[in-house]
Amino acid sequence: MFVALRDLKNARGRFVLMSVVIILITFLVTFLSSLTAGLARESTSAVTDLPSDHLAFSMPSADDSPEFTASRVTADQWTGWEDVDGVESADPLGVATTRAESASTTAGVTALGVEPGSGLVPGGDVASGEVVLTPGAAADLDAEVGDAVTMGGSDLTVAAVVDADESFSHSPVVWTTLDDWQAIGARGATGESDGPVASVVALSSSGTDAFATADADLGTTTVTTSDARSAVPSFAGENLSLTTMQLFLLVISALVVGAFFTVWTISRSADIAVLKALGASTPYLLKDALGQAALVLTGGVAVGTGLTVPGAAVLPAAVPVSVSWSTTLVPAVALVVLGLVGAAVSVARITRVDPHAALAAH
Amino acid sequence: MDLHLEHVTLVYPDGESTLTAVDDVSLTVPAGTTTALLGPSGAGKSSLLAVAAGLTAPSWGQVRIGESVVFEPTTSVADATRVRRDRIGMVFQAPQLLGSLTALEQLELHAHLRGEKPASLRDRSLELLDAVGVVDHAAKRPAQLSGGQRQRIAIARALVGEPDVLLVDEPTSALDHERGVQVVELITGLARSTGAATVLVSHDSSTLASVDATVQMVDARLDSV
Repeated sequence: MFVALRDLKNARGRFVLMSVVIILITFLVTFLSSLTAGLARESTSAVTDLPSDHLAFSMPSADDSPEFTASRVTADQWTGWEDVDGVESADPLGVATTRAESASTTAGVTALGVEPGSGLVPGGDVASGEVVLTPGAAADLDAEVGDAVTMGGSDLTVAAVVDADESFSHSPVVWTTLDDWQAIGARGATGESDGPVASVVALSSSGTDAFATADADLGTTTVTTSDARSAVPSFAGENLSLTTMQLFLLVISALVVGAFFTVWTISRSADIAVLKALGASTPYLLKDALGQAALVLTGGVAVGTGLTVPGAAVLPAAVPVSVSWSTTLVPAVALVVLGLVGAAVSVARITRVDPHAALAAH
Repeated sequence: MDLHLEHVTLVYPDGESTLTAVDDVSLTVPAGTTTALLGPSGAGKSSLLAVAAGLTAPSWGQVRIGESVVFEPTTSVADATRVRRDRIGMVFQAPQLLGSLTALEQLELHAHLRGEKPASLRDRSLELLDAVGVVDHAAKRPAQLSGGQRQRIAIARALVGEPDVLLVDEPTSALDHERGVQVVELITGLARSTGAATVLVSHDSSTLASVDATVQMVDARLDSV
């Protein structure tokens, strides 16, 4: 990069301007990616943090896509899943968004109902007449262990505040027994084997391939815990919108980089003709130009990515930004790769520069 | 080594017919000598120079340096580029220096094109800049130099790779008579000292007193040798 490095130094104004554009786009993409991850966690962490690997839904119609708010599993379906080969545990899980009242305030929460001893409550268990709070619920309700919390007309005592910051559809999670949940969620058990008992059945399996057969027999739809995120009402819409914005930004970034290097390559066509006339091979010139683009891109992307961490730190806690390697490094690499593709398309015109032009130039 | 142009013919497509820019030209330039190529505009001087430099493949005929054929109709672009880099020095009508490089770097670039460290050519580059009288400006970029200084640096750049052949296109077109004479004397002197077979295209015969031979091109053919 003998010439490229000196061009960077000599035309620093143009390259600084381009670098600033790349920095800003990178910051926007990585910040948006972190925001997407944060919002996704706020929507689905109660599901993705379950110790189960699959969830069985029972939708009103077999053609319906799984959805927590519409799914109702019966006792027959629950016990049916317990008997499926390869399923180690099948636990009913009730999901209901409701209003909770403490002595001092009111907050919207998602109540998860489980059978006592199911192991679904992070770091503990819950007994009848008790409620286990996540830190977010405890903060919103200004409640601590021993306080009373009223949900759906039921008075429950706070048994524990667990160290697991889980939420569902942007509301903090509280854990109750399935019986209490049925009262809270107004989905009370009918006492019959085909009456609804919970929203879904949480399954822990050991590599069974019997899900399709069991689904057909029991009238359920089983998905992995990860795929079950799409069954959270707020998740799919948010995630699709934000991911689309990120993809558009990545494409815009590649186009901006490509446009810059197109103009830059055209402006130095005379120099390229001279270099070819002096004996510079086309691969040498392409390597020089792409190396220059890579340097500008990686520098700009590195600074832009680095700004995301302090940028996220100064935001109010209400903005759910989740900065991690996957929300910064992955989009950063994508920006560099797509930017290089844009630059490669632009500098490819080097191959068409005729060294004969060096003789004709005055 | 001597430069041999043998039955060089260059034909361009021109609409539905063709245009013969160089017509069966044969010319030998001995090593260390300078041959001036004179002629009116459109006579084919620059086209012949382009063939001699491998910038354009001849339609017929061949170019030899010493015993080796370097350019013929079937020579690939990559091979022609390699020959230009390793065996030919070129001085263009305008100095054509690269704007971001200092005078010294214009010369050191040649080492980088060869895959060597630029610093490996530092001593020779400084010697050549001294020989053309601009060594005091080695750290300056083209924008900081006069037209004459840029032309001298271009001459030094053409010779830094110790080429067998030096091809010079209208080096005096932008200079007054006195400076034109000085530049031609500088080129012929450097050709003798480096042993490069030199072809110098010019439209001004009054500056060519120091060259070893003069040939005239008219209507794509050599008029006399």
